[in-house]
Amino acid sequence: MRRNSPLWLLSSCLLAASLAGCGKVWNDPYPGERADAPVLYSAFVNRPKHLDPVQSYSENEATFTYQIYEPPLQYHYLKRPYELEPGAAAEMPRVRLIDAEGRSLPDDAPAEAIAATEYTIRIREGMRFQPHPAFVGGLAMPDDPRTIADFGRNGSREVIADDFVYQIKRLAHPQLHSPILELIAGYLPGLRDLHRQLRDVAVPAGGWLDLREYPLEGVEVVDRYTYRIRLAGTYPQFLYWLAMPFFAAVPWEAERFYAREGMAERNFTLDWWPVGSGPYMLVANDPNSRMELAANPNYRDDRYPCVGEAGDRDAGLLEDCGRRLPLIERVVFARERESIPYWNKFLQGYYDASGISSDNFDQAVQTVGDGDVRITDEMQAKGIELVTSVAPTVMYMGFNMLDPVIGGNGEPARKLRLAISIALDQEEFISIFRNGRGVAAMHPLPPGLFGHRGGEAGINPHVYDWKDGRPVRKSVDEARRLLAEAGYPEGRDAKTGAPLVIYLDTTGTGLGGKAEVDWLTKQFRKIDVQLVVRATDYNRFQDKIRSGNAQIFYWGWNADYPDPENFFFLLHGAQGKVASQGENAANYRNAEFDRLFERMKAMRDGPERQRIIDRMIAILQHDAPWNWGFYEVVYSLQHAWIENRKPGKIVRNTLKYQDIDGALRAQRRGEWNRPVTWPLAVGTLLLVALVVPGWRQYRRRERSTALSAEAG
Amino acid sequence: MWAYLVRRIVYAVPILIGVNLLTFLLFFVVNTPDDIARMQLGVKRVTPEAIDNWKRARGYHLPRFFNAREEGAGKLTETIFFRKSARMFAFDFGASDDGRDIAREIGQRMGPSLAIAVPTFVLGLFVAISFSLLLVFFRATRLDVVGVVLCVAMMSISSLFYIIFGQWLVAKVWQLVPISGYVAGLESWPFLVLPVAIGVFAGLGASARWYRTLFLEEIGRDYVRTARAKGVSEPVVLFRHVLKNAMIPILTGVVVVIPLLFMGSLLIESFFGIPGLGSYTIEAIQAQDFAVVRSMVFIGSLLYIVGLVLTDISYTMVDPRVRLE
Amino acid sequence: MSAFQPVVLWTDMALFALLACAVMAGIVQRGDTLRRAAWKRVLGRPSATISLVLLAFYLAVGVLDSLHFRRALPPAADGGVHYAAKVESVLDRLLAPLHERAEKTYSSPLASHAFVKDNIERDGGVVGRDYPRLAFGGAHLGDAAAGRAGDIAWRLGVGAAAGLVLALALGVAVRRLWSGAANRDKEGAGSAARAGWWTFVALAAVVGAVAMLASGYHVFGTDKVGQDVLYLTLKSVRTALIIGALTTVVTLPIAVALGITAGYLGGWVDDLIQYLYTVINSIPGVLLIAAAVLMMQVVIETHPDWFATAAERADARLLALCVILGMTSWTGLCRLLRAETLKLRELEYVQAARAFGVGTALILRRHVLPNLMHIVLIALVMDFSALVLAEAVLSYVGIGVDPSTISFGTMINAARMELARDPAVWWSLAAAFVVMFALVLAANLLADAVREAFDPRAA
Repeated sequence: MRRNSPLWLLSSCLLAASLAGCGKVWNDPYPGERADAPVLYSAFVNRPKHLDPVQSYSENEATFTYQIYEPPLQYHYLKRPYELEPGAAAEMPRVRLIDAEGRSLPDDAPAEAIAATEYTIRIREGMRFQPHPAFVGGLAMPDDPRTIADFGRNGSREVIADDFVYQIKRLAHPQLHSPILELIAGYLPGLRDLHRQLRDVAVPAGGWLDLREYPLEGVEVVDRYTYRIRLAGTYPQFLYWLAMPFFAAVPWEAERFYAREGMAERNFTLDWWPVGSGPYMLVANDPNSRMELAANPNYRDDRYPCVGEAGDRDAGLLEDCGRRLPLIERVVFARERESIPYWNKFLQGYYDASGISSDNFDQAVQTVGDGDVRITDEMQAKGIELVTSVAPTVMYMGFNMLDPVIGGNGEPARKLRLAISIALDQEEFISIFRNGRGVAAMHPLPPGLFGHRGGEAGINPHVYDWKDGRPVRKSVDEARRLLAEAGYPEGRDAKTGAPLVIYLDTTGTGLGGKAEVDWLTKQFRKIDVQLVVRATDYNRFQDKIRSGNAQIFYWGWNADYPDPENFFFLLHGAQGKVASQGENAANYRNAEFDRLFERMKAMRDGPERQRIIDRMIAILQHDAPWNWGFYEVVYSLQHAWIENRKPGKIVRNTLKYQDIDGALRAQRRGEWNRPVTWPLAVGTLLLVALVVPGWRQYRRRERSTALSAEAG
Repeated sequence: MWAYLVRRIVYAVPILIGVNLLTFLLFFVVNTPDDIARMQLGVKRVTPEAIDNWKRARGYHLPRFFNAREEGAGKLTETIFFRKSARMFAFDFGASDDGRDIAREIGQRMGPSLAIAVPTFVLGLFVAISFSLLLVFFRATRLDVVGVVLCVAMMSISSLFYIIFGQWLVAKVWQLVPISGYVAGLESWPFLVLPVAIGVFAGLGASARWYRTLFLEEIGRDYVRTARAKGVSEPVVLFRHVLKNAMIPILTGVVVVIPLLFMGSLLIESFFGIPGLGSYTIEAIQAQDFAVVRSMVFIGSLLYIVGLVLTDISYTMVDPRVRLE
Repeated sequence: MSAFQPVVLWTDMALFALLACAVMAGIVQRGDTLRRAAWKRVLGRPSATISLVLLAFYLAVGVLDSLHFRRALPPAADGGVHYAAKVESVLDRLLAPLHERAEKTYSSPLASHAFVKDNIERDGGVVGRDYPRLAFGGAHLGDAAAGRAGDIAWRLGVGAAAGLVLALALGVAVRRLWSGAANRDKEGAGSAARAGWWTFVALAAVVGAVAMLASGYHVFGTDKVGQDVLYLTLKSVRTALIIGALTTVVTLPIAVALGITAGYLGGWVDDLIQYLYTVINSIPGVLLIAAAVLMMQVVIETHPDWFATAAERADARLLALCVILGMTSWTGLCRLLRAETLKLRELEYVQAARAFGVGTALILRRHVLPNLMHIVLIALVMDFSALVLAEAVLSYVGIGVDPSTISFGTMINAARMELARDPAVWWSLAAAFVVMFALVLAANLLADAVREAFDPRAA
């Protein structure tokens, strides 16, 4: 074999390269970035649609908007149950209740007497907006700018009360379509008037709608740092809204800036490049691969909390007490659409935290004893920690109350619903499809909220019995008995003998595919009811729900704020999906429940409110408009180098509290990602082993054909 | 020749109109503007008024094809079809349903897409042709039989399997390359190695086998026998005569493959987290973003037509017997 | 008052119609000595006979799975007969023990214990954490599952032996009946017939062994919800056959007719046909299929009254998918045929025929079509495998078969997540791969044989 053949050269090069590469990490998805830097690595699945705080409403957008914008209030990071505290506000808003004559009322005034509620909000002095070119007047447009940094110069300005009022007016902006306009306008009628007025305003091309010129009835600026909101009637839940970016400060300069010629078609909009006063600012926004937050240098003097709930000290959550926030300099969000790469990269140390999908669950988590969960030894060896919490979310199976078979307030239909509720073994569902990551629900109120009752007092007596200190699902025989009483003995219509067929509507992706369909069919077969699953696409599904053509369906609700009102309104008659396009997908209507709801809504937490809630729950359990489904338990994993993470889905501005031990991460990444190079060497050798005999054969053949040609 | 070219370019216009009409019909039968609005506005607290506002802002409140209320040309131009589809002939793609400028987005995503598709295509063609030539060279030996069986085996494996298995073995078990991701510029090569290798590998079996069939067909012809009888060496026979004459079906095949590359990289891009046009398309389908789908279809069709013209021209170059009139 | 009600789904009908056509074509072509000789050449190749036996086995599975019925429910109070909403097939009945013995979750092939640990409860309390005993896998071995290896070997041996004996007995019987006829062409088919025969015997042995094992174990393990993977793979066969075969039926006439006409006639006909397929072809396949599938779903959704059962709905979707795939995939073959016709048109003998005033139809039939047949055949068989594979991709994008239809696509799609586990759950993927691989391999080998036998230039 000739030593200088190109192949030999190539193979030796490869071998050398594979040897030289030892010790270095080959699979770093962030080339050129230091592993030990104070940077948090996270991922996003779907690109956020809106980053404009009047439009953004979904959970994945909250990951960004809550860090960039700072609303007047926020939830205490550590305390549970959730507690509101001042954010951008200097103190909690002063609330004044006013009667029809304009007189002040005491705090405990009955709801009927309250004609208006006035919130006076005083914000902190000296807060400043993030550096942004919008604050530099007369800036020329650079050639083809790609990011906001390309504008070259940045300015800033103090945050004043007008900025908060400006944002409230933006809720009424005719082109922005705020999802909460209707809801808030219900209490702040001026907003609807402003919306109507603005709709008729013709904005010149290249110009912008300067909302400062339009007064908003019910909202006024008191002084440079104080503003006042006057709501019609009473709406105690309004304070929760004040903890959302819908009510954060937005500078008018930003709107003027983005309205300039050539901005929108280069994706420079407030929806894309937010301008806020929160702890972080968006510095890179390529939603196809990477978004990046950096600490806002102008962020106010905010400190890590020094008090928490019991156990926080032992968990090390108070060690950073008094440190200036934010703690991490930069947060990188990489686009990761598929769960497999996400999980594998987490295990390699390239993501700092991860959720757990059903497929990698038993690799990460094991159940010990009675429902106690613990991380597996394998994960423990890597120093990975498990955090669990019950999310303020309820996943349920709704019965369409308008359906002639399963709906209505008649006794047979009610018994049919109860029979199905009993037959559908929710516990098994949770254990198979969610690996136990759920708590079977007894009613719509998840634990951790005021009004929720656990234990024996909280069980659904129509579906469960309390035995040996735990709820036990009633027997299938009981379900069959109810079914017979409903007029379907043995699953047959008592009159015609026709089998009872129930239709479940689902989106193909919403329900975990075939396996879940099979499981559900099996559940219904237990009581001899034939289940037909109609999978369809999302739009069609929505259509069916809206027109009330569905029979039973899966649905879920993720709370806006931790108040029972936010769950009970899903069953409020006025919210009926078909009647008024509301959120009551089951179209449930019960006069007594609706009346109690109105009362409960306006009340402060206390024994009286609890009493009403108990009564409401009893009504719901009796009527069974939902099969109550389960409350989601969120499991999340985190590496040893990430600190100060506390679960709690309601608190969304969590990034500023978290910290990273970069040195540990760099070391672990190096240990975990040693490339396995022998396959390369083997591959090269294999190639050589294949080529050499082939070459020989070729030579021989050529010689023989040449010979035969000569001979011929 | 020139007349042919002009004719093809003139033909492109009705084809593009046909394409536009077809996609428009298919998508608008599925989705009413209300559906699109709901899709974009999310699930929580969506009021009919918000939907109306949204439609008005994006021009979806107009009739689809014919606006009886307008005067004269307005009857046709003040419609969704005209406003949304006709403008594309001026390469004005407008904004996607979620408000992003489409032309800009395409410009940004073209780089990553090409970074995957071009090497996969070129390397794939090269490897498949070399492999099949090798098989042809060793025809009727055991090597050939093994090679064909290998091709058939490779053909019957789903591309999903190649991706899943390749990612699992090379990136997870051996940790040789990043599992997924992409960075712009030259640093991107570690991210590209595996997807390109998988792309080449997944397509190898089918194309190598197909080329081998074509080559074998050529090799049985008289001129090859004559050439060999004249004492031309085997490699020269293969490269100069067989390869050249088998080029026609290969070329036809290659153009058919180009739009399919789109589909292939659709999967690879989304599995490897590469922000290219394939993942753009798949996301648009999943989100039912008609504006994006429409533009992608338009561009795809345009490129395809260009490909067709190029193929026909290359026919005449490879085989003088083919005339373009 | 029968115990079941036959249900003929659309795809069943199409499949049986296709089979009938194939048989008819065979009968018609009996007289054609040229074709007969060609087929004889096909059957003279061992690889072809082996594939034929394999394909026949798949076809048998597919046909058994296409005989659908609804079972009668127990008589109701009024004496009327009602039928269950669930549609079953003969195959479902035959495999009833397989899919009724579902475990709780994953178990590896031939296992007696589950694949994942779970809490072991005894007397109401949790006593520990271990791999729980399967409810059905190796249940006959008792709690400890002792002697599993021996039992498996025993079943393997007995099953294979039983299969062998049955096959041999059948062989002897057939040979005796056939003896007169068989002597005639003893010479020609020698080694190939033997290869086919031994494949049959081997297949019988494998089926026997698998059946014997399956009566006590899950041969290919169980999936996430404890379903037997062997059952799933067998059910997938029908979906694959339907997609591969029916799509071809849609594709073939369009592609051949349009391709040849365009290439031979040229002029405005060519322009028109080119326009048609350029429009369809220039729309990226997935997008076109996605749009069409979504539209078809809307149609199905808005007419729930068309379908009495969920199976009929799923079936309508499958059929529509075939039609859509057919309508979008004829262009490739059409283009290929046009290009080849373009070349053929310039050949001397075609030009000569034209000069002699032979009619266009006759030239097309006599001179052009036969010279294109090999391309058609090869392209079709390649399409067959490609279609079976495309189904998996479409399922991934969410526009494939109905989620309730068992197919290789849905299986591979599910297995994709399983491989990401550690230790990996490899068996569903492996089982789908093996069964699918054998199917496509057989089809390809047969195609090769057919090509060599039918290619007019090779003869």
